Amino acid sequence: MKPVNAVITKIVDETPTIRTFYFDTSFEPVPGQFVMVWIRGVDEIPMALSYDNAITVQKVGHATSALFELEEGDSVGIRGPFGNGFDVKKGHIVLVTGGLGAAPLAPLAEKAGASGIKVTTLLGAKTKDELLFRERFEAVGEVRVATDDGSIGKHGYVTQLLEDAKNYSQLYCCGPEIMMKKVLDKVVPSKAQFSLHRYIKCGIGICGACCVDGLRVCKDGPVFSGDILKRTEFGVYRRNECGERIKV
Amino acid sequence: MLSITLTGLKLKNPLMLAAGIMGTTGGSLKRVAESGAGAVVTKSIGLEPKSGHSNPSMVEVDCGYLNAMGLPNPSYKNFQEEIDTAKEGDVPVIASIFGGCSLDFSEIASALRADAFELNVSCPHAHGYGSEIGTDQALVEDITRAVKDAVKVPVWVKLTPNVTDIKSIGLAAEHGGADAVVAINTIRGMAIDIESGYPILGNKFGGLSGRAIKPVAIKCVYDLYETLDIPVIGVGGISDWRDAVEFIMAGAQAVEIGSAVGNNINIFNDISSGMEAFLEEKEWTLDDIYGVAHEV
Repeated sequence: MKPVNAVITKIVDETPTIRTFYFDTSFEPVPGQFVMVWIRGVDEIPMALSYDNAITVQKVGHATSALFELEEGDSVGIRGPFGNGFDVKKGHIVLVTGGLGAAPLAPLAEKAGASGIKVTTLLGAKTKDELLFRERFEAVGEVRVATDDGSIGKHGYVTQLLEDAKNYSQLYCCGPEIMMKKVLDKVVPSKAQFSLHRYIKCGIGICGACCVDGLRVCKDGPVFSGDILKRTEFGVYRRNECGERIKV
Repeated sequence: MLSITLTGLKLKNPLMLAAGIMGTTGGSLKRVAESGAGAVVTKSIGLEPKSGHSNPSMVEVDCGYLNAMGLPNPSYKNFQEEIDTAKEGDVPVIASIFGGCSLDFSEIASALRADAFELNVSCPHAHGYGSEIGTDQALVEDITRAVKDAVKVPVWVKLTPNVTDIKSIGLAAEHGGADAVVAINTIRGMAIDIESGYPILGNKFGGLSGRAIKPVAIKCVYDLYETLDIPVIGVGGISDWRDAVEFIMAGAQAVEIGSAVGNNINIFNDISSGMEAFLEEKEWTLDDIYGVAHEV
């Protein structure tokens, strides 16, 4: 598909560094799917859908900075939704988020909550002001918080809250790769799903730029079961735009 | 029943992964090898690490795909371990390489261990590389000879269709000592976003692949088969076994498959079983159909 024109209808400041951009188009994603967002004349970047019609973005580089310059009424080009999304299991699910990792997990929480699944969220961020979508997670279940600086909740990493999470049917995790690797090392791998971030070029499973060993993050993922990731370079190294290995 | 010997390499079938598709990591090449490919060709590798053009670098259009990746690659200095991992897939691994002159090509080729080299003198959208070289007969002949002198393994030359006469470039490769030619690379193309007027690709223009280019590729293979003594490897728009059979009838000894892998990573197994069933039903061998379009 060519990019679809999506007009920005609303911009919400979620935290000092994170904004949600709502579009006039609904993409009807499975929670965990992503879109390729083309900021015309600048770049095209992969972003998780945080609502059916919105992406939630942290200002980290030239493309996201350009996106932050846009206003309501401006438009971007969007391809997608792409990828597999989360496989929602029944019973009691635990969500583990770090920073912007809450973006793809919030719609999962809402979908699971609406179908009667018990949802517990372990919500992590650098500091109190950077906690993302706390109220969305609280609306569907229990939320435990950890911040790196201890400004709210447990002082430390969200992975330290894992001990409290017991008897879950499935765990869902999205956040910085080091944090996700720590989670993978602590859980039963087959009972956990991880949403990965990689440098994505084509978005449609052809070019191979986003491969984690043989797995295409854009097409086979971005969500992978822990037992699959255990056998890969996940958490050890990633690839830059050139395809060089970079230690995680 | 599908096994062939191609420029001295033994292949279990004539279906290879094309350059630029899932070819940056050894793990992805190995996965394709294990999914039934007869051989795999790596992403084109150059002298220095290169990040490529800005995105969008590939989009689907009505009749295929447009791409301008811009030759992103980690440099040959960081690539041998990927080739070695790919070799675990137990099929020949062909290193696609590119450069700006014959010295670049021979430096890269002499530093890499691969089962064969495919010289990319045909990428249509990288300034100073690819088809800017591959449209010049003298350069193609020079580069081919330089690599032939530098390595002991087979050397294939991948040709661009963006020329007046592909046969003359094929002949230049043959004169330079090429063991085979590969035809075709993508056809120059462009798409514009009518909501804004912006060209969609970050590089503004790129190369067209996929179904739309198959008839163009078939004609190029047909012409090269008539003109050259060395084998022709066909590539361009193959998405099922019928396409592969058509290329072989046009005169391709083997084929490469690219864009269609995106939607079906098991395409190599699917095409081999389709071809086997077809040949059985017709009571033909691969040899019977090879170049048959020239004889009927």
